[in-house]
Amino acid sequence: MKKLLICTAILAATAALAQESAPSREGGYGLGRPALTEEIAAWDIDIRPDGLGLPVGSGDVWTGEELFVDQCSACHGDFGEAVGRWPILAGGFGSLDQEDPVKTVGSYWPYLSTVWDYVHRAMPYGNAQSLTDDEVYAITAYLMYLNNMVDDDFELSNENFLEIPMPNEAGFFMDDRDTVELPEFMAEPCMTGCAEGVEITMRAAVLDVTPETATDAAEEQAEPETAADPAASGPSPELVAAGESVFRQCSSCHQIGEGARNGAGPVLNGIVGMAAGQAEGFRYSPAMAQSGIVWDEATLAEFLADPRGYLRGNRMGFGGLRSEEDIAAVIAYMQVAGAP
Amino acid sequence: MSQNPTNPTRRGFLAGAAMAGGAAVAGRVHAQAAPDPAITELQPWNQYLGPGVDAAPYGMPSPHEAHVIRRNVPWLTADSVSSVNFTPLHELEGIITPNGLAFERHHAGVADIDPAEYRLMINGMVDTPLVFTLADLARFPRENRTYFLECAANGGMEWRGAQLNGCQFTHGMIHNVVYTGVPLRLLLEEAGVQPGALWVLPEGADASAMTRSVPLEKALDDCLVATHMNGERLRPEQGYPVRLVVPGWEGNMWVKWLRRIEVGDQPWQHREETSKYTDLLESGDARRFTWVMDAKSVITNPSPQAPITHGPGPTVITGVAWSGRGTIPRVDVSLDGGMNWHTARMSGPSLDKSMHRFYYEFDWDGAPLLLQSRAMDSTGYVQPTKEQLRHFRGENSIYHNNGIQTWAIDSDGRAENVEVG
Repeated sequence: MKKLLICTAILAATAALAQESAPSREGGYGLGRPALTEEIAAWDIDIRPDGLGLPVGSGDVWTGEELFVDQCSACHGDFGEAVGRWPILAGGFGSLDQEDPVKTVGSYWPYLSTVWDYVHRAMPYGNAQSLTDDEVYAITAYLMYLNNMVDDDFELSNENFLEIPMPNEAGFFMDDRDTVELPEFMAEPCMTGCAEGVEITMRAAVLDVTPETATDAAEEQAEPETAADPAASGPSPELVAAGESVFRQCSSCHQIGEGARNGAGPVLNGIVGMAAGQAEGFRYSPAMAQSGIVWDEATLAEFLADPRGYLRGNRMGFGGLRSEEDIAAVIAYMQVAGAP
Repeated sequence: MSQNPTNPTRRGFLAGAAMAGGAAVAGRVHAQAAPDPAITELQPWNQYLGPGVDAAPYGMPSPHEAHVIRRNVPWLTADSVSSVNFTPLHELEGIITPNGLAFERHHAGVADIDPAEYRLMINGMVDTPLVFTLADLARFPRENRTYFLECAANGGMEWRGAQLNGCQFTHGMIHNVVYTGVPLRLLLEEAGVQPGALWVLPEGADASAMTRSVPLEKALDDCLVATHMNGERLRPEQGYPVRLVVPGWEGNMWVKWLRRIEVGDQPWQHREETSKYTDLLESGDARRFTWVMDAKSVITNPSPQAPITHGPGPTVITGVAWSGRGTIPRVDVSLDGGMNWHTARMSGPSLDKSMHRFYYEFDWDGAPLLLQSRAMDSTGYVQPTKEQLRHFRGENSIYHNNGIQTWAIDSDGRAENVEVG
């Protein structure tokens, strides 16, 4: 017993030692180097509600609409109504205390600076920081227009930026869990006879939204291979299967096969052997639409290795596939999965 | 641990062991009729040579464990690039999450950063704006700390009721690893924080350029600029080569691929702290800056993906618990949907703002169960029921759902995610 106590004491001492903080040094360690003004300018892109960081510039609603339809509508819709599960950007007024609140720039966002900052730092999705300052002003102005905050002749600039309050600015308050919830949640818990009777009130199985298990998924994935015509001298099933797994990187934006629809990128059915810019209803960049490229295995391989380098001005937000095997596999997959 | 009042006394333990032993001998269900071929037949691994030492220069789990993987819920997000997957909690033991199983949440995919081109800038309200390389960071004193990282949206799909069948999906936006990093305090001291500064803005280098406003007080207290997890370099999907560690606070603030920290006198009110990660209440108003993760627990086994397959008899219930306010000295387990509770046995290191492991062993009689666990943290906070939470938050909150989880176990041992009332 005595031995045990000593062990415990040593353990306690060790535990205390292990928590010792890394020491400060008076005047610092002299590590790193001063940042240059140009370097700070390149990275310090943040904007604050009081306008700190906002560059000189301007943009109007009409210019913003053009830019938005061109660069944003594939995900957010022409009027900010959103495609699929991408964020809705307009409307939703009066919905915040309802069963299905719609949290948009107009109905929810408390500060206009947040819109400018976010569009500038992270949009368009897959081509971040590609918009000029004036373009960001214009898109922000269009989003204000879509949310009935301004008329269609409005121009937003660094001069008038702070003049227009957001509708829901007063809708936020500081975390008050400490005073509101904690007193209720600090009581000594009940251990016996805490409820009269307990019944199941809801079951997850009723909704049935849990993803399939790995086994189910593997069985389903086997289907396209059996569907492919084994007599045709097409790519090997192994290559196609490898390509299907590579295609996951593409599936954020592209759909292929029966029922495929345009997303952030065009439908890829029949892409191998097709001229570029032909998917119905998809808004291509002028560069792609006028490229005159015909997609065969060679052009696709070059494009997929370096999308931006291969065709300047095209908007595919993807850095490229590094491995030649992956490229060959994904082309084989598209050939089979996108066959008519 | 030795002061835990729920630990059986030595005498009580011995008596219990004798009884359990007796019962087991009397009730042992299995008797082998014919010799077991797993024993009597020579197995290939008994006879033939296995792969040599360099067969896998970076070792992987046994191929028989190929089902132990992160999984996502495809309908949850518009695509897989700005999305999330989930840690398979039901397949894990102890308190440490293996690096390859730590859930992922990206806003613009996984950034691929060349460590030679990595730079960390500190600017804003500082005496000398500075730039550090990875080699610079390695020359600062560093610390090793074990912390949980939980996404504020963990359990967000369950606000309005039971939806997903599996603790991987209901609770898997969490991982718990040992971080090695430089205290952010040392880097801020190096640049010289100016009077009047109250906030910092960490920023990521990925294509979402993630930003969050963090109070300077927290930054100087326990935040780490981490380079390693569980002894090796950060995984790309966890922010290689550098991520911010913000202990006990919501995961979104732990900016990955950290490239810059700006010091200022006001919060920036950026997208991830206004449009997202604010908690919309029934009134239509929203709480902001809800940083701390409240105490929470979940039974990981049995659970819908890990049913009881052995029938009645000795049964182990286990799970994990954590709190953003401290340690978890106690977890209670209920077998009857919260009518009666039993204090579980804690096992493993009990560390500040880290995951804790608990066990409750009992003899299952084969009758249906309604399993729950209830964590109590070192501040005395008791994990609330979902009903208690909804009383304060309504059903539109999305974030910070730490309500008590119920698994219904049927007489075959199958488990289902349910709510009780």
